[in-house]
Amino acid sequence: MSEIAFQQHDHKPSFFARWFFSTNHKDIGTLYLWFSFAMFIVGGIMAFGIRLELSQPGRVLLDPNQYNEAVTLHGLVMVFGAIMPAFTGLANWMLPLMIGAPDMAFPRMNNWSFWIMPAAVLILLSTLIMPGSAPNFGWTMYAPLSTTYGPPSTAAMILSIHLMGLSSIMGAINIIATILNLRAPGMHWMRMPMFCWGWFITAFLLIAVMPVLAGAVTMMLTDKYFGTSFFNAAGGGDPLLFQHVFWFFGHPEVYIMILPAFGVVSEIIPTFSRKRLFGYHFMVYAIAAIAVMSFIVWAHHMFATGINLGAELFFMYATMIIAVPTGVKVFNWISTMFRGSLTFETPMLFAIGFVIMFTIGGFSGIMLSLAPADQQYHDTYFVVAHFHYVLVAGALFAIFGGVYYWLPKWCGRMYSETLGKLHFWLTLISFNITFFPMHFLGLAGMPRRIPDYALQFANFNKIASIGAFTLGLSQLIFLYAVIKCIRAGKPATSHVWEGAHGLEWTVASPAPHHTFATPPVIIPEEAHE
Amino acid sequence: MNEALQRKNKRLIIILIGAAIGMFGFGFALVPIYRVFCQVTGINGKYYQVDDIQQTIAIDKSRDITVTFVSNNNELLPWEFHANNPVIHLHPGEVKRVSYYAKNKTINEMTVQAIPSIVPGIAAKYLHKTECFCFQQQTFAAGEEMNMPILFHIDPDIPKNIHHITVAYTLFDTKMAVATNIQKVGRVH
Repeated sequence: MSEIAFQQHDHKPSFFARWFFSTNHKDIGTLYLWFSFAMFIVGGIMAFGIRLELSQPGRVLLDPNQYNEAVTLHGLVMVFGAIMPAFTGLANWMLPLMIGAPDMAFPRMNNWSFWIMPAAVLILLSTLIMPGSAPNFGWTMYAPLSTTYGPPSTAAMILSIHLMGLSSIMGAINIIATILNLRAPGMHWMRMPMFCWGWFITAFLLIAVMPVLAGAVTMMLTDKYFGTSFFNAAGGGDPLLFQHVFWFFGHPEVYIMILPAFGVVSEIIPTFSRKRLFGYHFMVYAIAAIAVMSFIVWAHHMFATGINLGAELFFMYATMIIAVPTGVKVFNWISTMFRGSLTFETPMLFAIGFVIMFTIGGFSGIMLSLAPADQQYHDTYFVVAHFHYVLVAGALFAIFGGVYYWLPKWCGRMYSETLGKLHFWLTLISFNITFFPMHFLGLAGMPRRIPDYALQFANFNKIASIGAFTLGLSQLIFLYAVIKCIRAGKPATSHVWEGAHGLEWTVASPAPHHTFATPPVIIPEEAHE
Repeated sequence: MNEALQRKNKRLIIILIGAAIGMFGFGFALVPIYRVFCQVTGINGKYYQVDDIQQTIAIDKSRDITVTFVSNNNELLPWEFHANNPVIHLHPGEVKRVSYYAKNKTINEMTVQAIPSIVPGIAAKYLHKTECFCFQQQTFAAGEEMNMPILFHIDPDIPKNIHHITVAYTLFDTKMAVATNIQKVGRVH
């Protein structure tokens, strides 16, 4: 790009032109992050409805169908609307800065992949006011339940999932192309920051499995509206097939939501330990191993469906083996902290919270992986506790940590450490108050996805609901902290964190609209070596 | 952006879009893969053997297998449907004729299809049927009743640890099931 064109490009566009037509990776990253926060609030409101209904036995606020709608949309909105776009937002902002690229490889497609998302989510949320009901069969939308008894709005949900999948695939293509083709000279593969590695591998997972989900919902669509019988036993189809296809997508999907989190945490922990990441190479191999193995464990979601004993054993052992590369990661984070000179700024608190809480979620995952024991745990609150430990205290904590870590780079101002710490401790404590009792509820046999429960579960549910309301309200502190930082934070230096390494800290804070128009020179100190 | 990079990007995007489209196809390919996998391994209790003519097979008198016949009505189908002899005992190789009683309790003519499921799944491929009401759709006039036959034997090669087989038939209303392309799910020996 010539110098003149570069300057012309740097003019100040109007608000509309800047945010709607933007092809700049930083603006699109910002859009993704605000969008995902908005969805986090929307999904949180549904969680509020769920916890209010469960705060005491009997009917509180929602009727059973409204409860089912809330459960379904909470899952879909949080997975596809909040967690995934938040990581895409972090990727958009940070990947080009980390590898010394001027922008993403396909800026115009980047704009598309963002702007599809609000449309998709609007379609999804509009099902709430459609005649009949919003989708009410859970985010896993098991056929033939969804194809036989699903409300008319199922078609709108399917369209929305197609769009969200399209957006994810376009985002993934962009990330792969950026990392493959736009690395600055000298940014060798094994010098790449872990966040880039986490996302690079995640992007391949997205391209591999989002189309399979699109296929599954397309089969649902034709079964429901066009008379095919993919999942209908009467027509020669197989009801169990849906679960196989769905979880072939669904299990890699959980790693799509956690591998970028691994990357974020692997950036934060070395910075605040003032040490290099321990076992960098093995961290890369572990991510790759987890990604590959995620394709051969899907049926551990189906232990209770009556599948063949040999298959149960295969999927049980395959699942347990995943604990090995995951353990490598956890031990390497701990080894990074070992004898480091640690400080506990908010990003570090979230990262340590991540390591501890994610490990608890991993342990309950190992309990669930035991096929004989899973007959008891299946579809109980134990499962709900497990996946909220890995998705909230895992993925979400990493996103919070990443936002606090890079916020000074984005807006050129420091956030209030007091507010950040308040947000962290309230979130951590209320999270555990919400979800830890669910382990006991599950072990005692409380089924998930049911709007009412037996009286002996009342106390733990009351505690969980109080925790959930606190958890939800604590997030307003986060919003306040971010707004306060943008408007009135103390100016940040370009390096921001004393122990930080990486190219993103060599550009000014806030990062100029255009960076690395000429590729930077990589000196080994700046790389992860 | 220089020429070489643009070419590289273009090639890459074609490969990646191709991969995404390929995986969309793979999602659908999972349907036949699943069917063939289950047919070959015989693990899902669906793919029994269909014999056109009943052959004479050596009867293994040393073993005795219990077969339980179960019936289900899909989605509250207003029919009466049950096995006339819910539990029978037979030797492997021995040919048996059993029957199910069905009655259309509605005031309309109805067409139903019975879908079998066999437990343990692996036993399915040792179950040979020569005749079964589940081979075709059955049309009953209003109030019509009938005894519907099954002629079958169990392959003497059946694993020694199987002493009990459960055969379940679920009756589906073909009008409610949107599909009409009902096919035999059995496999010709």
